[in-house]
Amino acid sequence: MNGIGAVYLRELRILKRRAGRHLLGMTVSPLLYLIAFGAAMGGATRVDGHTYLEFLLPGLVAMTCMTQSYGAATEINIARFYLHVFEEFQSAPISSAAYVAGEVLAGMTRAAFGVAVILLLGAAFGVTLRVGPWFFLAVALDAWVFASLAVLLAMLVKSHASQSLLTAFVITPMAFLGGTFFPVEHLPEWAQVPLYLLPLTHAAHAIRADAFGHPPNPADFFVLSGAGVLVFGVALRSVGRARD
Amino acid sequence: MIVLENLRKDYGGKAALDGVSLAVRRGELFAYLGPNGAGKSTTIRILTGLTRLSGGRATVGGADIETAPLAAKRHCGVVMQHVNVDSDLTLWENLDIHGRLFGMSRADRTRRSEELLAYVGLDARADDLVGTLSGGMKRRLMIARALMHRPRVLFLDEPTVGLDAEIRRRIWGLIKTIQSEGTTVFLTTHYIEEAEFLADRVAFLDGGRLRALDTPQALIARVGAWALDHATEGGMTTEYFHDHEVAQRAALGCTDGLTLRRANLEDAFLSLTSKAVQA
Repeated sequence: MNGIGAVYLRELRILKRRAGRHLLGMTVSPLLYLIAFGAAMGGATRVDGHTYLEFLLPGLVAMTCMTQSYGAATEINIARFYLHVFEEFQSAPISSAAYVAGEVLAGMTRAAFGVAVILLLGAAFGVTLRVGPWFFLAVALDAWVFASLAVLLAMLVKSHASQSLLTAFVITPMAFLGGTFFPVEHLPEWAQVPLYLLPLTHAAHAIRADAFGHPPNPADFFVLSGAGVLVFGVALRSVGRARD
Repeated sequence: MIVLENLRKDYGGKAALDGVSLAVRRGELFAYLGPNGAGKSTTIRILTGLTRLSGGRATVGGADIETAPLAAKRHCGVVMQHVNVDSDLTLWENLDIHGRLFGMSRADRTRRSEELLAYVGLDARADDLVGTLSGGMKRRLMIARALMHRPRVLFLDEPTVGLDAEIRRRIWGLIKTIQSEGTTVFLTTHYIEEAEFLADRVAFLDGGRLRALDTPQALIARVGAWALDHATEGGMTTEYFHDHEVAQRAALGCTDGLTLRRANLEDAFLSLTSKAVQA
């Protein structure tokens, strides 16, 4: 328990110290998406009975939740390869579980701030989402999956360059294809199959369903929970293997 | 306090440590001396849980580093060769996080941080970001952090590398004080004079193998009390003598440039590790 608190507190203190920069980073991309895809291009478009902005916003919540929680990977990477602070955790009498849990909690906290920023930006564009318990659960699971993935990949890579490559191949395609900007159901069936394997697709579905007042689809929560357990478990093992 | 039994570490089939066995006594200041790449840092990284061993066994404070790693780590404070304090945090925050990792209470963390920052002469900088400190200050902070949880063993990996002479002397004084307070110190260095000045016992490591282990005086005595350096075209060679008169007679018989002097730990190291001095 001490280990989780120490790891989490370190990340929180750094997050607080860089709050301005983080806030700017959390705001710029979603703001551009809202302006370009929402207000400009999608102004007259309706999707499943909603304006495009209304459709886009829950997707941006899911995507921001993913990118912000996955952002923990960069922090871990810096701590590991540049500041060497990771050694402080490795040489401390704490378990791998405590380390992973601390980092994942920090990633989820970043995601929470990111989601808050999106909701505020949405309100500024005249779209207020309904935020119920399923919304929160979907956001939490989304953040958990990608914060765990962040720890896992940060432990596997051997350099910052490898980390960037993984981001380009894993996170960026998911951001664009995981139901953020268009309904996956509009694609041909063969194309839907791989997209339904992506956790982000289910996160966007679950968040959008609750935001639109639709009943939750248990399959979305099942997939997110399963992915979370799997990735968190592998992340635990990867910390031990990070010893050279 | 520290026991290594046939310790091995291989990197891609190449042995960085090749069957090292030794024991460090409680309260001892033990220097692990060797050139770059000898395996000094690898040993510390294994003992402090940063690197997996390939073979053999090691214990710290009686706890096996592989089967009881958390118990072993509780005994260890470690100062790595490179700076690894958190530059985005203040000095106090660095110590606080370390204390939390070792399960110290809030009151103990506060008291110990104040005590240690004063001990290393950084109390006035407690609330500054570490990024604003000089290299020597960071090194002292790393020592304070390593001592935060009152370890029984302090591992110092090249603690003075890259520091100027004044700061190095100051850190030597600090290390001596730490030992005098009962902490076992395991020091790696490639500065021979550092080992000679500080250590109770010295181990010579070369090519991943332990070449000699004894007190500095005993190691010097093995090669002889006097050294006669010959400067030649091909470099420099040194002859060793136990008897001063014999050494003087040998010096009189030489025609090349030479110096007769007392043998030191460097002579012992070069002789016992069969290293030739390159001019």
